[in-house]
Amino acid sequence: MLKAMHKTGLVFFPAFDWAIDPTHPEREERLLYTQDQVTEEGIFDIPGIIEYKPALATPKDIQRAQFCVPDEETITTESHLISAGGAKVIADAVMGKEVQNGFALVRPPGHHSMRVSHGGRGFCHINIEAIMVEYIRTRYNVKRIAIIDTDCHHGDGTDNIFWHDPDVLFISMHQDGRTMFPGTGFPGELGGPNAKGSNLNIPLPPGTSTEGYLYVINNCVLPVLEAFKPDLVVNSAGQDNHYTDPLTNMNFCAQGYAQLTTLLKPDIAVLEGGYAIEGALPYVNLGIILAMAGIDYTGVVEPDYNPEKLKQSVSITDKIKKTVDQINGFWAQRLQLRDAAGTPGELQVRHREIYYDTDNIFERQKERVRICRDCGGSFEIDSRAMPGLHILGVHIPINACKTCIEKGYDFFESAPAGTYDRIYLMDRPKDSYHTK
Amino acid sequence: MIIGLDVGGTHTDAVILSKNGIEKSIKVPTDPADLFNTVLSGFTQLLASIDPGQIRRVVISTTLTTNAIVQQTMEPVGMIVSAGPGIDPEFFRTGDHYYAVAGSINHRGREKAPVNEMQIQDIAEKLKDAGVEYVGVVSKFCVRNPSHEILIKRILNKYFKQIFLGHHVSGNLNFPRRIATTHLNAAVFALHKSFFEAVKKSLAEKGLTVPIQILKADGGTMSLEASMHFPGQTVLSGPAASIMGAIPYAPGGQDAIVLDIGGTTTDIAFLVDKAPLLEPVGIQRGRYKSLIRSLRTDSKGIGGDSALRVSDNVLFIGPDRQGPAMAFGGPLPTPTDALVVLGLMDTGDREKALAGIHTIAQGLGLSDEAAAEKVFKTCCTIILKKTFEMIDQINSQPVYTVHDFLEGYKLSPQKILLLGGPAPYFAKKIEDLYQIDTLAVPESAVANAIGAALARTTCEVSLNADTEQGIVTAHEEDFAEPISKTFSEDDLMETAFNLLREKAINSGADPENMDEVEVVEYQKFNIVRNFSPRGKIFRTKMQLKPGLIKGFDKMLHQRGNHAESNA
Repeated sequence: MLKAMHKTGLVFFPAFDWAIDPTHPEREERLLYTQDQVTEEGIFDIPGIIEYKPALATPKDIQRAQFCVPDEETITTESHLISAGGAKVIADAVMGKEVQNGFALVRPPGHHSMRVSHGGRGFCHINIEAIMVEYIRTRYNVKRIAIIDTDCHHGDGTDNIFWHDPDVLFISMHQDGRTMFPGTGFPGELGGPNAKGSNLNIPLPPGTSTEGYLYVINNCVLPVLEAFKPDLVVNSAGQDNHYTDPLTNMNFCAQGYAQLTTLLKPDIAVLEGGYAIEGALPYVNLGIILAMAGIDYTGVVEPDYNPEKLKQSVSITDKIKKTVDQINGFWAQRLQLRDAAGTPGELQVRHREIYYDTDNIFERQKERVRICRDCGGSFEIDSRAMPGLHILGVHIPINACKTCIEKGYDFFESAPAGTYDRIYLMDRPKDSYHTK
Repeated sequence: MIIGLDVGGTHTDAVILSKNGIEKSIKVPTDPADLFNTVLSGFTQLLASIDPGQIRRVVISTTLTTNAIVQQTMEPVGMIVSAGPGIDPEFFRTGDHYYAVAGSINHRGREKAPVNEMQIQDIAEKLKDAGVEYVGVVSKFCVRNPSHEILIKRILNKYFKQIFLGHHVSGNLNFPRRIATTHLNAAVFALHKSFFEAVKKSLAEKGLTVPIQILKADGGTMSLEASMHFPGQTVLSGPAASIMGAIPYAPGGQDAIVLDIGGTTTDIAFLVDKAPLLEPVGIQRGRYKSLIRSLRTDSKGIGGDSALRVSDNVLFIGPDRQGPAMAFGGPLPTPTDALVVLGLMDTGDREKALAGIHTIAQGLGLSDEAAAEKVFKTCCTIILKKTFEMIDQINSQPVYTVHDFLEGYKLSPQKILLLGGPAPYFAKKIEDLYQIDTLAVPESAVANAIGAALARTTCEVSLNADTEQGIVTAHEEDFAEPISKTFSEDDLMETAFNLLREKAINSGADPENMDEVEVVEYQKFNIVRNFSPRGKIFRTKMQLKPGLIKGFDKMLHQRGNHAESNA
């Protein structure tokens, strides 16, 4: 009898009435054929697969992860809130042990949205995984979380949000930033001075096929996870590595996605990008659902799948091996790297420039973080958007030490009046958020 | 005058209704081994002293197919399925004669792999040799493109007399359910056909020659002729009959709960503005899941004859029935005995009822009266708890658009309608416990027959228009027409309405009872490839809602109000 080996929760929210604009890849039709495929397969009738209705995320949920400028309401639509809320519902089902694992098939996506969000970047306005992860930490007191981002684009938003956090391991495997939006995610980007090595970026050359992806999973991601020992594994399950995706140049396939899911065993998967809506998504999503539920997926093959045509070249294989060796080296030295990154107690400054391709905004940031060996370190971000506002965001990490909590309040209180349009304080230990 | 006849598990009920209300009602015992004679004796009693020429409509509801499924007396059926990419079709095996074959259609209805005609011929020979007479053919995504099913049927035509195709079953997607449903239609076809041909002949001999209508699980009717293609739709028409019988007493513009309290189970259903709620996909009972349109019902294993037991000071009710109540000579105390002890029911042997309840009272350490009260209250609580769980489940059903998420309808019933023998006794108790207006439906003993008599014809059409491919289709109706790039929502609705009307007339609908048309679903998508618009996809489902034919329910309702004031 057909039955899920692992009880699996699904939130399916295709937002059939929401689009960025009518011909944008992030439009109403995106999950239509996926819905047709999973409905025709009778997925929701399989014992052990449970469909949940999404909920609305609240401003409070977003305020645990991001500074929305000027506020949450202005830069989101209901669809964003349902998308983040869908991930939250799956988190509750998994954490409440109603299901063993869960998959939020929601849109719009979120992984390009950073700690400070002035609007839409890479089709993302708010970061649905980060909002979910912070919700889980506050509500369920989970300490160590790993987020594995398998979208073809660098998950720069999630990378940025957990940049200084040693308790959240973020690994992104993506097409090389020199060939693709957002142009970041190189091996040397390892996280902030207090968290070096807890962010790993694995760029893959265009043309990487199933062999290459599974090599990275087996030889880098799984050993790192083994060492990090997370309490929870989240997969940002982008599907744009597919060989038919119009925006990317990779050669991954539905069988590969299903195998990757079987290997990674995520507790929670959240859909990210993926724009080959007719030839890829129906099969990839079906493969991931079956893999999560522990049901045989060998029959899930794209009609035009031709493994011979998709084989990766020897030079690509070599490049991937070199990158994996390099990353594993960084991972092995992560503690030494942190020691070398700065002197405890000092403030380290970082300047960044961020372009919002979706909303055409240019942002300049100056970030100051307290070097700390006891926690992730409080930091402030001075952010000016053009067009837009000039703000200061202060973040006190959830496991902050006493000194960093004091430093966070010091950042907030000593910010010069008149310089900023708004000043925000995100106090994670108290789960509070202040604006002035 | 019109006739409704409902064959139940133990009794068969029938009524004749006129514009003035119930003209005659009868009850005969059901002989499960000979349903034909049961139906016949029902009609014989009903028509005694009635001129059959005055009868304008006959609706019959039977347990024929339900029994065939339960008793596994269905015909062997050959099933040929083509799946393409996805879950292994072996999981959906229906029996020995099940063949997964080559061929694949994708979600847009495009052929991805062809049918292998030699393979089909081989299977046909094998089935023929095995003595199989009925064959079902189902391909994945046939509701988008049935050409593989049609091609396979063409090959099979010279071997078999009756072939059932998946795309005729429903416009809904769901391959495993379509296989099960097509199999069911094929498996009960011979039984259904011979039974109703015999009934039709016998009624004609009695001078009753009006077209016979058959009740479906969705609380609507179809003509005898239409039923031959989809005999599976008659499964579970019994609960539907009762629920339809409650509609005359339902409040307009409000939601209501219908509870049919039987001997061993209580059926639960819901009405929204006098229209019953339907299952979103189709009938499901345990592992059996189908695409058969059905009222949304569930049942709880508690009824008037449920066995009562006490273990460690805890009261257990049902789910089994060991016989009638002790007041009526049964072996174990039941909720009915509690009603007798409480003096609410004045039939049966009070002494015996008291003896039974006394054992329960001792186990619970209560007085006889208090124990009876506890039994009664617990029954109400368990039934209502299940009801509220169903309401929660209905209200948390997933939705797929931002609009539905924010504006979706929330079921909030303000009235309870009770059916079944013990209904009058339960009404007041439930009203006291839950503060919801509760009514025991008058003539509740024959509400099922009234429901059958009054049910109007229902049907649904599903359309898919694709301006990129230049075609509008309703494959369930064997309909496909070319369209231009400018095809619009209005064009779609007009096409859907015409198809629905045609389908309804072919199913025996009376044109004056065809105005309750509802658009169940409407979606529109732009098809974009390489950042430029290529066309639009429109999808709609339109239905004739289940409900009552006009002109008969008013008189019943007035009697209902009258009875309520007496209660």
